[in-house]
Amino acid sequence: MTLQIVHITGTAQQGGPAISVQGLEKSYKTLKVLRGVDFDVARGSIFALLGSNGAGKTTIVRILATLLRADAGTASVDGIDVAAQPADVRESISLTGQFAAVDEILTGRENLVLIARLRHLKDPGTIADGLLERFSLADAGARRVATYSGGMRRRLDIAMSLIGSPPVVFLDEPTTGLDPQARIEVWQAVRELAGRGTTVLLTTQYLDEAEQLADRIAILHEGRIIVNGTLAELKRLLPPAKVEYVEKQPTLEDVYFAIVGAGGDRSADSTGTADPTSTTDTTNGGQQ
Amino acid sequence: MAKRVTTKHFFSDTAVLLGRSLRHILRSPDTIITTTVMPIAFMLLFVYVFGGAIHPGSASYVTYLLPGILVIAIASGISYTAFRLYLDMRNGIFERFQSMPVARSSVLWAHVLTSLVANMISIVVVVLVALLMGFRSGAGVLAWLAVAGILILFTLTLTWIAVIPGLSASSPDGASAFSYPLIFLPFISSAFVPTDTMPGPVRAFADNQPVTSIVDTVRDLFARQPVGGDIWIALAWCLGILVAAYAIATATYHRKIA
Repeated sequence: MTLQIVHITGTAQQGGPAISVQGLEKSYKTLKVLRGVDFDVARGSIFALLGSNGAGKTTIVRILATLLRADAGTASVDGIDVAAQPADVRESISLTGQFAAVDEILTGRENLVLIARLRHLKDPGTIADGLLERFSLADAGARRVATYSGGMRRRLDIAMSLIGSPPVVFLDEPTTGLDPQARIEVWQAVRELAGRGTTVLLTTQYLDEAEQLADRIAILHEGRIIVNGTLAELKRLLPPAKVEYVEKQPTLEDVYFAIVGAGGDRSADSTGTADPTSTTDTTNGGQQ
Repeated sequence: MAKRVTTKHFFSDTAVLLGRSLRHILRSPDTIITTTVMPIAFMLLFVYVFGGAIHPGSASYVTYLLPGILVIAIASGISYTAFRLYLDMRNGIFERFQSMPVARSSVLWAHVLTSLVANMISIVVVVLVALLMGFRSGAGVLAWLAVAGILILFTLTLTWIAVIPGLSASSPDGASAFSYPLIFLPFISSAFVPTDTMPGPVRAFADNQPVTSIVDTVRDLFARQPVGGDIWIALAWCLGILVAAYAIATATYHRKIA
């Protein structure tokens, strides 16, 4: 079966796509990881790169984030070529890697202040306080990150990535290793981000994550993008829907949330369990 | 090739990152305590256990011994630099800095300057303990400044050596294990006993390795003796190794960050 790559939605909103990748190739010694990857990401959209472990998702992100050089092909972010002007690209991007890149010995607030200073922004303290509030970390702000739960770390990690409001944000498997509640918190943060006009490139191996968040989904397989489209377009590529009667059992996730009590309103106070001192999570619950 | 280093903000970025790693040290003072414990233990052992049988000259043995102990303190202190660098490489914060508009060499310099500060603190602690044990020096301000200068240069040299395993080690033990030979080097030098009782080949090594010239220079400065040619040999060793280590370390760094 040959899958046709279809680009239906127009991208030219304000001067071309936020991310443009053409013919990208990368090998590690004899292993060909990327064999000619092409895709564009429209400004202000969430684009999900879906693929199994080792498909090359992280390699693409590292090339776009100027951490790695491609063997062939071109990539540009915010209209700037990543190979030719990496220093300028770094002004426009932020990267949230696979593992939360936070400083454990510093407090949450100090982590944010550090990044604000390194981005040469005025008034880093106010920026830090604002983000702590926005990511429901205000009560934990003075605590060392070593005491944080996985979800709190990830939220801090994403908060650090937003300092300086870079127009393009890369999230490399942002929810891998998180519990279901922390995952929903991260999703909330990503949606909010896109709501403010930030372009998000997200990699994930979870199909539901792509389904939940992405405006467009590309499937990376054996070093190439084999499908690229909206969720509706991807569904149209599948065999036509059949009507079957299946007894609907609750999924384990339904059971989990029914017991834990966050099932009906998942975005509600889910920080409560992760951080007993936090009582204000109204930012997350209120905005969607 | 695109420009590799954003030099625009080198000094401010280095200052911010230096503040970060100094906070690490303040919050884990155990790293300074452990680096001072071993040299102090050596000093106690050699002065109070072996010292009675060692007669190096007219001065008290602790006065003779201190320069070598300071070298050991620095050699054990820099292993933490390698360790801290290794942790930064590992946990992704390095990549975060690299993907930001931060002067790339600032990341290394912050670690190097932190090493300098931490080692100077532990040196002060060791000197204070030595004073309690009877170390005395009639050295004037200039001589003390010269001692400080030599020790700072020596610390910088060893720190840039430490950067190499810090960047390339694959385990935390590997990152700090390189310092063991450096700690051992003073034992085959004039640090503990004069070299003239050593058998030929050992003495030849001891007389011509960097630690002896550094130790002799510091000892002469403390004793208000003319330092002679030793100081130039010591400086040549330090500068030579410093340049080589710096070159290898920065090459390793550029290879790591692509």
